[in-house]
Amino acid sequence: MAEVRLEKVTRRFGSVVAVDNVDLQIRDKEFMVFLGPSGCGKTTTLRSIAGLEKIDAGRIFLADQDVTDLPPGQRGIGMVFQSYALFPHMTIADNIGFGLRIKKVPASEKAGRVRKVAELLYLDNLLDRYPGQLSGGQRQRVAVARALVIEPAVLLMDEPLSNLDALLRMQMRAELKKLHHAINATTIYVTHDQVEALSLGDRIAVMRDGKIVQCDVPMEIYDKPANVFVGSFIGNPPMNFVHGEVTSQEGRLMIKGQGFTVTPDPKWSKALADRKRVILGVRPENFRVHFQEPAGETNGAQAAVEVVELLGNLKLLTIDLAGSVLKVSVEPDTAVTAGENVWLTWNEDKLCIYDSDNEWAITPERPEVVSA
Amino acid sequence: MRWKKALFYAAAAVFAVWTVMPIVLIAMAALTPRQELYSWPRQFIPENFSLESFRFFANSHGVLAATFRSIAVALATVLIALLVGAPAGYALARFRFRGKEAFRIGILMTRMFPTSLLAIPLAVIYLKTNIYDTIGGLALMHAALAMPFVVLVTSSLFLKVPYDLEEAAMTLGCSRIGAFVRVSLPLALPSLVAAGIYTFVLSWNEVFASAVLTVHNRTLPAHIISTLNVSPLNFKFAGGFFMIIPALIFIFLVRRYLLSMWGVAINK
Repeated sequence: MAEVRLEKVTRRFGSVVAVDNVDLQIRDKEFMVFLGPSGCGKTTTLRSIAGLEKIDAGRIFLADQDVTDLPPGQRGIGMVFQSYALFPHMTIADNIGFGLRIKKVPASEKAGRVRKVAELLYLDNLLDRYPGQLSGGQRQRVAVARALVIEPAVLLMDEPLSNLDALLRMQMRAELKKLHHAINATTIYVTHDQVEALSLGDRIAVMRDGKIVQCDVPMEIYDKPANVFVGSFIGNPPMNFVHGEVTSQEGRLMIKGQGFTVTPDPKWSKALADRKRVILGVRPENFRVHFQEPAGETNGAQAAVEVVELLGNLKLLTIDLAGSVLKVSVEPDTAVTAGENVWLTWNEDKLCIYDSDNEWAITPERPEVVSA
Repeated sequence: MRWKKALFYAAAAVFAVWTVMPIVLIAMAALTPRQELYSWPRQFIPENFSLESFRFFANSHGVLAATFRSIAVALATVLIALLVGAPAGYALARFRFRGKEAFRIGILMTRMFPTSLLAIPLAVIYLKTNIYDTIGGLALMHAALAMPFVVLVTSSLFLKVPYDLEEAAMTLGCSRIGAFVRVSLPLALPSLVAAGIYTFVLSWNEVFASAVLTVHNRTLPAHIISTLNVSPLNFKFAGGFFMIIPALIFIFLVRRYLLSMWGVAINK
């Protein structure tokens, strides 16, 4: 059992607060991803868990043990560094076996464990080589093997794929996911790549300015970003944001903006009742593009297509909606040309609404749970 | 472009001759038999080579003892300089601390004053603390002279060993010191040895402090300088050449590392 718990962890560098009063609980065997732009504190948080950073305040627990004051080697963690940090003066076998040698594991047992991990990561025929003789992908696997051989309760990975080329990165991503299921460790993975985060994480903690902005399962993070920052950081292209004003017409709540009107679901009524200005967030795929004025739809908004980009699996449109520029994705075989006038409708189920002042999400009322 | 290249090689040739010529002259003079050395007109390249002068030099009173003292002082210097200087260099490379830049400049400033200015106060201090005219005392002085070099060079050596490596070792169960001993030290060792040898040569060649801080227990250069006025020509040549040889051999051995030590890449 290796649950990881951070309690009010703070780490400062001079006047800069790298990790700001972070509380977090990571479940046993969970794959947790720290995601955020550079300088958001994700790596510092990881290094604090590893024990490589002394924290200024707070406690860190691994498997219910307070490890705040323990050195890295006694915390039961294994770490994969962004630079791989392989020891250049040792063979691959010695690199992988390093942790076992320090822990004084008998030579015979050591050789067996090294071989087993090497096989798991397809390194068994490279054991006599030196790091300098391996390719980037191989080195990356050695770094993972070296961290795994000591059978850590928590595996920490700091942007392990960022030094690989795109194709290799995709392969290794799948390998890592497979590996996580094969080993019995809680994994914490730091990345600035939202695709990696979405594909790998059981949960994602999105960080900014030393704080966790949102921590949830990938689908929730994608569909319901907690604030404008998360929405624009995750998704490629990012979420569209347009300003609107809440009005009421014949008793129905409406959001009106430049050139469009949206009628939100009644579940929003309470949350929006006292508000005036809001920001609407819509993912590019949550628009529908019509070439005639949609019948039966009251909220079709007229807009002009500015740019059409064929990206293979989709067509990305840049659309001017009365001054706001939107990114809209449609099926690749949609016949649309630049300069065309179209009507847009929104998938109102997937609408996100944000406070226009603090940019945090306004949450609709949850449907009432019928108690049994 | 061609004349530029020619100019470059011409300059290099002049510089090489400038450096090598005195060594060659001393070598030839040292290997010339005594009679020929005093004959006039003397030939540029001697007719006979002989080790006569060398034998005379080596058998002269005090030379052998001075040589052993020189070696002892140089070894002690290397030991002190590396034991004190290398950790300082490591700290400069690895840690952020208040006054780090001031420390770096301060190290260089220790060489701001010429030894001749410090000679008398030093001699007084040495006399008062009873380390005057001792091997250890002189090694202390040489170590102080070599310290800026050792600290700055070792700091640049350790900078080249990524800190990641030590951190990786720590996550695998090493203590901080264990990580240094098992990872950084082996990686920096060749260059550390080179720095040690360079320090050895610094001490071996050092004359002034040796002459001021010792009377009876002189090192070889100090011994030669003090007997220079009263010794025959062949003794001087043989002594000079004898002093050059170890320095040449050592520097030749570590020439590859000298360049990396100073952070100069010539083959790129």
